[in-house]
Amino acid sequence: MATRTSLAQPDIAPSSQQSSPAPTWRQRLRNWDYKYSPYLYISPFFVLFALVGIFPLGYTLWVSLHEWSLIGGKGEYVGFANYSQVLDQRNFWIGLRNTFSIFLISGITQTLGALLLAAVLNQNIRAKTFWRMGVLGPFVVAPVAVGVIFNKMFADRAGLINTLIEGIGLDPVGWHSDVLASHVAIATMVNFRWTGYVTLIFLAAMQAIPRDLYEAAMIDGASRVRQFLSITVPLLRPTIIFVVITATIGGLQIFDEPRVFDQTGQGGASRQWMTVTMYIYELGWGAQQSFGRAAAVSWILFLIIIAVGVLNFMLARRIASTGGGSNAKPKTAAKLKKDAKGERTVS
Amino acid sequence: MPTGRKSAYIVGAAALALIATGCGGSGDDGASDGKVTLTVATFNEFGYEDLIAAYEAENPNVTVKLKKAATANEARDNILTRLAAGSGLSDIEAVEVDWLPQFMQYPDKFVDLSSADVEGRWLDWKVEQATTADGTLIGYGTDIGPEAICYRADLFEAAGMPSDPDAVAAMLGDDWDSYFDAGRDFAEKSDVPWMESAGAVYNAMINQVAYPYEDEDGTLTVLDNAEVKDIYDQVLTASEDGLSARLSQWSDDWTTSFQRDGFATMACPSWMLGVIEGNAAGVEGWQIANTFPGGGGNWGGSFLTVPTQSEHPEEAKALAAWLTAPEQQISAFQSKGTFPSQLAALESSVLLDTENSFFDGQPTGQIFSDRAAAVSVVPFKGPQYAAVNDEIQQAIARVDIDQSDDAASSWSTFESAIAALN
Repeated sequence: MATRTSLAQPDIAPSSQQSSPAPTWRQRLRNWDYKYSPYLYISPFFVLFALVGIFPLGYTLWVSLHEWSLIGGKGEYVGFANYSQVLDQRNFWIGLRNTFSIFLISGITQTLGALLLAAVLNQNIRAKTFWRMGVLGPFVVAPVAVGVIFNKMFADRAGLINTLIEGIGLDPVGWHSDVLASHVAIATMVNFRWTGYVTLIFLAAMQAIPRDLYEAAMIDGASRVRQFLSITVPLLRPTIIFVVITATIGGLQIFDEPRVFDQTGQGGASRQWMTVTMYIYELGWGAQQSFGRAAAVSWILFLIIIAVGVLNFMLARRIASTGGGSNAKPKTAAKLKKDAKGERTVS
Repeated sequence: MPTGRKSAYIVGAAALALIATGCGGSGDDGASDGKVTLTVATFNEFGYEDLIAAYEAENPNVTVKLKKAATANEARDNILTRLAAGSGLSDIEAVEVDWLPQFMQYPDKFVDLSSADVEGRWLDWKVEQATTADGTLIGYGTDIGPEAICYRADLFEAAGMPSDPDAVAAMLGDDWDSYFDAGRDFAEKSDVPWMESAGAVYNAMINQVAYPYEDEDGTLTVLDNAEVKDIYDQVLTASEDGLSARLSQWSDDWTTSFQRDGFATMACPSWMLGVIEGNAAGVEGWQIANTFPGGGGNWGGSFLTVPTQSEHPEEAKALAAWLTAPEQQISAFQSKGTFPSQLAALESSVLLDTENSFFDGQPTGQIFSDRAAAVSVVPFKGPQYAAVNDEIQQAIARVDIDQSDDAASSWSTFESAIAALN
């Protein structure tokens, strides 16, 4: 707001000083400067975005409407034949199932784990900075390196985890044969890398919560757990929504971890852990070398992500406006906040 | 998962693009002063380092730059991408035999290398692999992977079976029935599985079928091919009889199993010896039987091609011909162990006198030279070969390794997957 008014002022000033209707070259330049330079300043992002975002998007659409071979290049125009072809494929639907399943398993455990970890790090512990930076450790490890290490751990027979499981007298888990087990294993890899990152986001948000809320709650006799559930979590809501939305966008495009989960990288003999992006890669660069079909799946995935994103957004708005709906906990928090404000002078 | 990942991808992609364009600008070496710069792209170890220096000394007007990709897959992706882009390929590109079917569809992207000078240089089947239907030769053969059977002599002995290489070769016989029979015999006397997996044996067997999946004109015939179904049934029956260790090749479990008496026999191409030696370090008893059921087999091997993108196709062709000449391949064999595909090289005393101490000092040069001569069939691999082969390997793995399906229903899943390919 402030910038807009200051921009408008010089516009008026020259015309009121001089009566001549035609502005000088200088004035015109200055005028343009005020009008257009803000757009110029932000344009690098948009130019880059158009180049690496919009153009590939449009080009992919163009490719998806043609027969298009990796080496042979463009073939005939086929309309939406590529789309109907891939929608008929069992593997496409298996890929979609796997993608959502891995995303849900990793997303939910990751968000909850990060929340708890952040709450612990937010306490007054020794060597705070060390622990806070420590959680970021796994994040700097390359995903493929994580894959190699976890593959050794999750090997069906000689792996560390199955050896432990057998050690306590249970049957070994078929990490590379069972659908759900493979999803859990991959979600573990994903979480290993990303939980620390999300933790730091939560931690930053937690530090912004006013301490007096906790002090008031403590005086009222609320336990640590109660404080966490009634103050921390409700006040973190915007951050949680942010994390969930970004996690959705990333999670639906998961590729590296499932790709390196075995040697062939095709997602298992019954496609137990083949995700949609792996399917895209297989169609385009695998045996079929059909860029047309790969592009069609890319666009379907793009639309799915948009749909899920919009759904997320609507849910988030609903939660934000109703203040938690029937849930009693956020109300308690609001009350606590009010109490706190009542006791102290509001700054 | 959060935006960090997305932006990391964008930054990575931008960096890759910069590197790619940087590498692509290699076509600036004009031949104005009669000097020519040739680039040679290989992967893994071809053993060309010393050879190239020798070639430059012999041909002062030629400078050769060697580019090595770390893995074969990396090289393949690079070639595919640059073929598609239409620029950026080296003057000579090394190609694995497995990717050849993809490239044979586009013979106009490669220089026809056929010439009277090199006629009769290679094993017939090696030349056939790189020759298109209309007679274009798109690659000069470098190395090959003739297959023998490697086995654990100590486990054979413990089971009270013959363990001497000649006796084992006689017992395994030269067809697959005798191989599986020996396996059933072994299974009764030992707890160790006979073979790695059904898929590994299938791989060896299908490479002896002249037309496994397609006709010359590209029609898919796999579903009507009784031979394929028969091999499928044979390997899965053997698996059901407890012959298979159910280990997926190259998996961590497979690698570890070399240290744990994982299995007793495996089909081993010449290059597998190094893999076994590495994985089974400290394990004594691995030996090689100079036989291969079904009449000889080949797994792997490479070619040197000259893409039409090259600015100096004549010079590149001459260099490729020189590098794949018997003398040079013998020198590559000496430095990196790549097994030569040239007839003269296969008879060279350097090769025939080679022994391998890990395999009890067996004459590996002589054995694999014999095995190379035994190969008689070159399977026709059309454009759909890789796709069909992936599907059938997965069908076998569902039954053999995952044990999540039975042979009949896994076959019908395979059938519907094939129907979906078109």
